[in-house]
Amino acid sequence: MEIVVASSVAALTAAGVYLILRLRTFATILGLALLSYAVNVFLFSSGRLAIDLPPILSKYGDAGYTDPLPQALVLTAIVISFGMTAVLVMVALGAFVESDDDKIDMDSPDETEEGNAP
Amino acid sequence: MNHWIIAPVVLPALLAPVIGFVMRHDIVLARTASIFGAVAMLAIAVGLFVMSGGDPQVYYLGNWPAPFGIVLVLDRLSAVMVLLTSVLALIVLLHAVATGWDSRGRHFHALFQFQLMGIVGAFLTGDIFNLFVFFEILLIASYGLMIHSGGKDRMRAGLQYVVINLAGSTLFLFALGVLYATTGTLNIADLALRLQEIPPEEAALVRVAAMLLLIVFGLKAALFPVQFWLPATYANAPAPVAALFAIMTKVGAYAILRIHTVVFGPGIDATDGLVQTWLLPAAIVTIAIGAIGVLGARRLMPLIAFSVVGSMGTLMAAISAFTPEATTAALYYLVHSTFAAAVLFLVADLVVTRRGRDSLAVQPATVQNGLFAALFFAAAIAMAGMPPLSGFLGKLLVLDALRDPGTMVWAWAAILLGSLLTIVGLARAGSQLFWKSVSVTNDDADEETPEADEDPTKRPAGATEVAPTVVALAVLAALTVLAGPVSNYLDGATEQLFDRDGYVTSVLGTEGEE
Repeated sequence: MEIVVASSVAALTAAGVYLILRLRTFATILGLALLSYAVNVFLFSSGRLAIDLPPILSKYGDAGYTDPLPQALVLTAIVISFGMTAVLVMVALGAFVESDDDKIDMDSPDETEEGNAP
Repeated sequence: MNHWIIAPVVLPALLAPVIGFVMRHDIVLARTASIFGAVAMLAIAVGLFVMSGGDPQVYYLGNWPAPFGIVLVLDRLSAVMVLLTSVLALIVLLHAVATGWDSRGRHFHALFQFQLMGIVGAFLTGDIFNLFVFFEILLIASYGLMIHSGGKDRMRAGLQYVVINLAGSTLFLFALGVLYATTGTLNIADLALRLQEIPPEEAALVRVAAMLLLIVFGLKAALFPVQFWLPATYANAPAPVAALFAIMTKVGAYAILRIHTVVFGPGIDATDGLVQTWLLPAAIVTIAIGAIGVLGARRLMPLIAFSVVGSMGTLMAAISAFTPEATTAALYYLVHSTFAAAVLFLVADLVVTRRGRDSLAVQPATVQNGLFAALFFAAAIAMAGMPPLSGFLGKLLVLDALRDPGTMVWAWAAILLGSLLTIVGLARAGSQLFWKSVSVTNDDADEETPEADEDPTKRPAGATEVAPTVVALAVLAALTVLAGPVSNYLDGATEQLFDRDGYVTSVLGTEGEE
């Protein structure tokens, strides 16, 4: 169980970092999505891995339970990364439409001697 | 329980959706509501500042006892930061309204209020996962503000800014996962308590978490090697937004102060000396990058952005000592550099609007050349740290605090040389913009005179446009004149920050009273 979770976190992170380093918007968006999946699984495992146990204390006998807090954290993290990905897609589209280029890297801010309009 | 503690978070949280949904088509209404919000925020911040005199006060959300529920903690440090935010926000907002920046795109005021909510929440929270959530709130609002009014360069810089911060958020979550797995808590006071019990030989994961958090906060604070996003972002953001972002780098600095003093701070065996080892060299390189950037910049906005990087380096050098004296100096310099950076961006906005572009090339003098030159001169003095303004006192305090024999040479050399290069860079920019422009005449000036009223580059700045800048400079002057009382108060804030047991007792020890 541990080895499956650990290796999936590793694979997702590696793929995410690789895609981000492509420095193209589409690849980067996918990479950040993979990274956020990796961190969600990672957070989930931070409360120790348990199978078939409810995340609530049982007052009927000493039934086991799993830590509910990581589940709440993961839920928050999922919602935030979902919203952030939507924002990122919109900004990336806007930048692509404006500049006709999907590179993330910018030219040096000083490259244009002309200066920017306010 | 003091319910005022949550007021600065609730107020913008309620106001922003109303502005966004109800007032979206009426800029006058939105401006009125937004300014009302900023004034009310300032009033609350002053109130909290007055109330923060004694022990740290704790607000238990939903009245859940700590460490099970989320807590907000008001101590002197938080009170100073909230007050700083609200003063800066009001100045920047008035500037944005007076210059019409807020009407060049949609939803400026709603995003502005959400931004305030995130910043203030980050300063007040006593729970590290809640800190993450407030970081996300302030970031998502800043994404919108950053690309406000659009344009090719701005969109591309905005994309870069979003990507780097999303990567940072992921790292933050990894750090929190590690921290929760090793300690079983996310409450800052409880973390401080648990970390004291972890023996150094079992602390490998905690040290990983401490370094990950340092990288995440360093990213926000533009610390080397994760400072590279700042010049492009600030240089391409709308100038009033860049002025507001002056407080955003300080959120990172505050988080390092709070977390790496209270949780991973001096006296904790598990992480002893870890952060100090890395923070000072990084700060020194940051100062160098800022100074060289100021010297090499060929446009005004990147020049100011690099001077912000340099000031963050100085601030981080002071923080890296983790002694009470150095922290007091750091706090004084933090307050000063926030206003200094904001003033520079506001002046730059007035000048660049009238020059039509932000290149440092010589071109004919703008209307009110003398006024802008005077404002820029004062702002540059503040930023570079020359007497008589508070930058000089701030740097003096920082230098005085960094007397550790092993590191003194490096820190002093970096700060003094960095200041010299910054002075040279700002002086060169000032002479290009204001002095040499007087000797150049505009050949077709006569032809354009009839339409002077319509052309924004010919329109002189009215009193309302200049007033926010002057007020910000007045705040800097007040900070200089009242340096004694201010640093006495900050001494108290530092004392409270380093009193780990007092913090823990205030947050965890009063469960039964409510």
